[in-house]
Amino acid sequence: MPCLLKIKDLVTVFNTVKGKITAVDDVSLCIEEGETLGIVGESGCGKTMLALSIMRLIPPNGEIAGGSISFRGEELLKKSEEEMRRLRGSEIAMIFQEPMTSLNPVIRIGEQIAEAIRLHQGLAARDAHALSIRQLEEVGIPEPQRRALDYPHQLSGGMRQRVMIAMAMSCHPRLLLADEPTTALDVTIQAQILDLIDALKKKNNMSVLLITHDLGIVAQSTQKVAVMYAGKIVEMADVDDIYSAPKHPYTRGLMESIPARCPDQNGYLKTIPGSVPSLYDLAPGCRFYDRCSLAFDKCSRQEPNLEEVAPGHLVSCWKCNSN
Amino acid sequence: MNKPLMNIRSLKKVFKLSSGFIRAQERNLVAVNNINLDIDEGETLGLVGESGCGKSTLAKIILRLEKPSAGNILFKGKDIISFDRVQLKAYRRNVQLIFQDPYSSLNPRKTAAGIIREPLTIHNVADNKKRDSLVEEMMLKVGLSAQHAKRYPHEFSGGQRQRLGIARALILQPQLIIADEPVSALDVSIQAQILNLLKDLKKDFGLTYLFISHDLNVIRHMSDRIAIMYLGEIVELSSNHDIYENPLHPYTRMLLAAAPVCNPRIKKNVIAVRGEAVAENNRGCAFQNRCAYRTGICSEQEPPLADRGNNRYCACHRAGEI
Repeated sequence: MPCLLKIKDLVTVFNTVKGKITAVDDVSLCIEEGETLGIVGESGCGKTMLALSIMRLIPPNGEIAGGSISFRGEELLKKSEEEMRRLRGSEIAMIFQEPMTSLNPVIRIGEQIAEAIRLHQGLAARDAHALSIRQLEEVGIPEPQRRALDYPHQLSGGMRQRVMIAMAMSCHPRLLLADEPTTALDVTIQAQILDLIDALKKKNNMSVLLITHDLGIVAQSTQKVAVMYAGKIVEMADVDDIYSAPKHPYTRGLMESIPARCPDQNGYLKTIPGSVPSLYDLAPGCRFYDRCSLAFDKCSRQEPNLEEVAPGHLVSCWKCNSN
Repeated sequence: MNKPLMNIRSLKKVFKLSSGFIRAQERNLVAVNNINLDIDEGETLGLVGESGCGKSTLAKIILRLEKPSAGNILFKGKDIISFDRVQLKAYRRNVQLIFQDPYSSLNPRKTAAGIIREPLTIHNVADNKKRDSLVEEMMLKVGLSAQHAKRYPHEFSGGQRQRLGIARALILQPQLIIADEPVSALDVSIQAQILNLLKDLKKDFGLTYLFISHDLNVIRHMSDRIAIMYLGEIVELSSNHDIYENPLHPYTRMLLAAAPVCNPRIKKNVIAVRGEAVAENNRGCAFQNRCAYRTGICSEQEPPLADRGNNRYCACHRAGEI
């Protein structure tokens, strides 16, 4: 399968008042056509900055310091701002956690969708409006004719996320970046939104990069998973492999700390001691060193590389790597 | 069987909303509708529901931060709704709250020790010296060390802040803890640490928990009994085991079907998850517009929370037959 999106050695750094941090550190991955890749990790691990780097929309105090992002064989990091603008929304679309902050509160939702269609497809206002109503219908909004005239505040959270998806899908993107798309939603609404994304993905043979902290969502909605920790990918594999045979101690710790998955006999959860290290003063060696139960002295001196330990299963851990 | 610590009887809370500016229209929002619930001494009662179902309003009424529109709440046999200021203060020593968001529920200008100490001062417990040692003891109990005492909330991580909030809630040695989404703002590895801590503290202090959450995995892990709320009403109340293994109410089943399973090989059972929690019916069952089993009676009569045997209660006309 050819890669739709291929990221190689991507490094994104930020200059802050407290110093320089590397939010995305040497990340390589590939998303195939029609595939959903899940990015899991705790807050601050760099998963959102990875998605924003792909869109080249990182905040002004950050910059992409190295690596390459190739989309359908073209290098995104070499494109001009104008070329990127044409790509965003038409070829690569993005949806966010909180739809209310991404929608314009004073413009009717039908008009907001039509705007994207007019800009990217050059349709006349009337055609764009008709198409926006079809898009609303497509994402399961009842009475789309009437709803198109609503303002964002008149809709529920789930309906707003449907509108965001309608807008993202309006130009038939090849790749959808979904950053915690259901975190703000109730569980019954979440299930409907995830089903909707999956159905649209299959219908349009689209690829999805699904960012989440919820290991349940990853298990249900992705084919491949990358686990991120403190800016790095520490494990990447097919979803079945990562749930049946997690290899990195951090991945295993995450799996074991989910209630109702693996409580021990006394009803206590296994925990990962300590907390995520600060990116401002990273020690040399493995970033998981001081929380890891398997750590030995090499781990404190040298950082492990992401290596293939089984077909398609990459892990960055000295205990798992062959040498 | 333990004796009940709290009895909630026919509790109702109606908020008046006004919409429109020129010609304001008043509308009633029934946040809590006729709730009957006992909380037994020493148990963890899990309360689950989607946003807006009234779980937090119920918690606020129990703490007397809101006055109910009707009904009463007995704490150890005494009606807390009629308490005066003095009685209320004594009551609040026994009933404490753990908040969802440790970032906004701690005073940023007080040190950790100061935050934990404040309830002792307010309730005039012990002398100064004794207070210091109580605070120190409590910090160790919740997994903070003495060196944390002089730090301010912004110097702590999310998990540590939640420990701080727990220490503050426990310092007065209350009997009932209301935990309102205590781990929802935390990452999964930290969440497990806090859940273990809450279990330990329950044993050590002989606490009773009302544990509110929208996360079915967390609720399953923590609770002895579980109440499912939908649009202001309790629709099902059973033991932990029965809720997950043998749910009676169609809404409970929908919730369970919607929760993602942490195993890619388990394909989810195909119960249709549809619709949103919106109060649109004036008559009959609140869940009827989302329910796959709805029949004629559902739009006519509101189903009561009826005893289905073995300490299972379910508010559905068709419970048992579906």
